Amino acid sequence: MTALAHRQSVLWIAALVHRLSGLALAIFLPFHFLTLGLAIEGEASLEKFLRWSDQPLVKLAESGLIFLLMVHMLGGMRVFLIENLAWHDRQKELAAVAAAVAALVAFILLARIL
Amino acid sequence: MNVGLYVWQRLTAALMVPLVLLHVVVIFYATRKGLTAADILARTRGSLAWASFYGAFVVAVAVHAAIGVRNVLAEWSPLKSRDAGILAGAFSVLLFLLGGRAVVAVVLP
Repeated sequence: MTALAHRQSVLWIAALVHRLSGLALAIFLPFHFLTLGLAIEGEASLEKFLRWSDQPLVKLAESGLIFLLMVHMLGGMRVFLIENLAWHDRQKELAAVAAAVAALVAFILLARIL
Repeated sequence: MNVGLYVWQRLTAALMVPLVLLHVVVIFYATRKGLTAADILARTRGSLAWASFYGAFVVAVAVHAAIGVRNVLAEWSPLKSRDAGILAGAFSVLLFLLGGRAVVAVVLP
C-alpha cells in the first residue's frame, strides 16, 4: 500500500469535494453580492445583468453553482452525522447519495431554465 | 483550527442548512417563468421577512466561508496560520460589506 493509496477512497474524495466546493462557493460569493447590489442603481441595471445571464453557458454555470451549493451542504450534513452520532458502515453510501442528490437538483434546474 | 473557530463553523453551518434549502426553493420558484428584476424586487422590496432572511444568511456565510478559507490557506498555502487568519478576516469583512450592500439593494423600497 502506497502513501497515497487513501486518495482512492470514496471518503477521501468526498472530503476533497467538500473542500473544493466550499472554496468555489467562497470565490463566487463576492460576485453574487456585487450583481445583486446592481439593484442599488435601479431595477434596470439588475434587469440588464439578468438578460445577459440568459446565455446557455451562463445557465449551465448557474446549475453548476447549485450543484456546488447542494453537494457542500449535504457533505456538511454528512460531517455533522460523523461528528455527532455513532460511527456506522454506510459512510460511502451517504457520500454517494449526497453527490447524486446534488447532481439531480442541479440537472432539474438546468432542464427548467434552458 | 482552534475550538472557537470549530464551534463557529459548525454553528453557522447548522444555521445555514434551512437557509440554503429555502434559497434553493426560491430559486426554483423564481425561475419558473424566467428570472426578471421586476419579479425579484417586487418580492423583496419593503419586506422585513426577506431582509431578516438574507441578513442572517450574509452574516452566517461571512463567518462560515472565512473560517473555511482560513483553513484552506493554513493547510494548502505556505502562509503561516496567523497570516491566513488575517487574510480570512479581511475576506469575512468583504463578504459582510458586499452582502450587506446586496441585501440593502434588494430590500430597501
